Amino acid sequence: MLTQVMPQPQVVEDRDRAAIPPSDAEAESLPMAVQAKNVSMWYGAKRAVDNVTMDIPAKAVTAIIGPSGCGKSTFIRALNRMHELVPHTRVEGTVLLNGENLYSSDVDPAIVRRRVGMVFQKSNPFPTMSIGENVIVGLRLNGVRDRKFLNEHLEKSLRMAALWDEVKDDLHKSGTSLSGGQQQRLCIARALAVEPEVILMDEPCSALDPIATAKIEELIQDLKKHYTIVIVTHNMQQAGRVSDFTAFLYMGRLIEFGATTKIFTNPGQKQTEDYITGRFG
Amino acid sequence: MTMRTRRKDRHSWRKLESALVSGLTFCSAIIVIAPLALVFFHVVKSGIGAVNLDFFTKLPKPVGTPGGGMANAIVGTLELLALASVIGIPVGVLGGVYLAEYGTARVNWVLRFIADVLNGVPSIIWGVVVYGLVVLRFKSFSAYAGGLALGLIMVPLILRTTEEVILLVPASYREAALALGIARWKTIAHIVVKTASRGIITGILLALARVGGETAPLLFTAFGNRFWNHDLREPIAALPLQIFTYAISPYDDWHRQAWAGALILVTGVFCVNVLVRIFTRVRAMPV
Repeated sequence: MLTQVMPQPQVVEDRDRAAIPPSDAEAESLPMAVQAKNVSMWYGAKRAVDNVTMDIPAKAVTAIIGPSGCGKSTFIRALNRMHELVPHTRVEGTVLLNGENLYSSDVDPAIVRRRVGMVFQKSNPFPTMSIGENVIVGLRLNGVRDRKFLNEHLEKSLRMAALWDEVKDDLHKSGTSLSGGQQQRLCIARALAVEPEVILMDEPCSALDPIATAKIEELIQDLKKHYTIVIVTHNMQQAGRVSDFTAFLYMGRLIEFGATTKIFTNPGQKQTEDYITGRFG
Repeated sequence: MTMRTRRKDRHSWRKLESALVSGLTFCSAIIVIAPLALVFFHVVKSGIGAVNLDFFTKLPKPVGTPGGGMANAIVGTLELLALASVIGIPVGVLGGVYLAEYGTARVNWVLRFIADVLNGVPSIIWGVVVYGLVVLRFKSFSAYAGGLALGLIMVPLILRTTEEVILLVPASYREAALALGIARWKTIAHIVVKTASRGIITGILLALARVGGETAPLLFTAFGNRFWNHDLREPIAALPLQIFTYAISPYDDWHRQAWAGALILVTGVFCVNVLVRIFTRVRAMPV
């Protein structure tokens, strides 16, 4: 069952993936948190993601880069089944979370999303709730009543999101009273409170100024000690700064996946090189 | 030279046109506002003389005896509104939530169309329907029948406003809640409806203000009563009904009381609208 933590699976060797360059020693040696196998996605008749196979290492930051409309946001939504909120979407292939198939018929998408949290492009604290309520709402609406437990998680989550010191005296204030960068960290705290294993970030800094962006990037470095992080970004410098691994998507296909240092210094594919050097995208 | 004068001519013609159109719109605005001002002025002038403590605390006196009040009708209207709310609010709000959050496009199209048609049904039809369904069956006019008629009028009103304000809640809040693994119905109840609650309450208040002044649907359901209603299975007085009865009577004293009743009713509706304004103003501010 998806509610219990399963032992780490064996690293599966399947090197029959067409576009992926042969081995990346560092990636192979790490345990894999999320394994996408031949994932294709459609919006109606339009194919947005085309046969992507990718192993995302645990407790590391994986950046997904690519030009607009390449399917990166769509693809990470397959990792916590958020795409199902959009009518007429379809997924083929499998996604394993610690070896368990997220798309088995007996899996509740709500449980999947508790284990694979998400932070969105635009910060979206709930406007009817205070800062404190925003953080613990995930626990509360998932049935946690114990006041002490909630308070502990409130502080712990805000500390992990590097927001505690800024808001500890204003927990009763509205979440929308915070600045943009603080709101985004509040949303990260909210996602952390339900104790996910993986955190998906969909361009979390694209609406923030450079200082707020730097804080979030710093936070990501702290968070990867405990969580597997997948970040979609438009900003290649950001991908270079924060990520350990980088995947380059183009027209819905995975062009290249590997250690960030390798992708940025010695890409194996011409298209990756062209994109990274700014020749298109 | 000719070029210049022609341009000047066009310019003054355009100015004239502009003045004409703004004059017309101004007149239309006056035509809209004038009746409201006139009605309000006339109601206050004719009604204020009969508004006194007795009016709020006493029962109507028999014909020919001066004095008395409409206490039973005021309380009756509040009771009818309470009964109407019991039907109108839950059905309307839940229906609106269904339309906005569940339902397939085709079902929603049909429901929306039906709700809009129902909103256009003359209110007396609701009276006839309830008369046929309830009054004839139980062989008695009753407060229940009156409340049901008003409640049925409220349902499509509340349903449509609820749907509209729920659709205004940004999808990002739904996404955020669902991404926390919160079940869909909890997301709707605790996040979406809560975010839209001010708009929903506004819709409910407007619906109450609307049915509070309805007379036609009460004529053969609540029927009216010159005494206190002690049993909701019996006929009950209502302010609009009392105004109607008194206004068409041949007695001057009753006419005065009808004006006073009208003043109270208009004031009540006015107060509800002010409440709505306050609600919507707070809503516009950052929450």
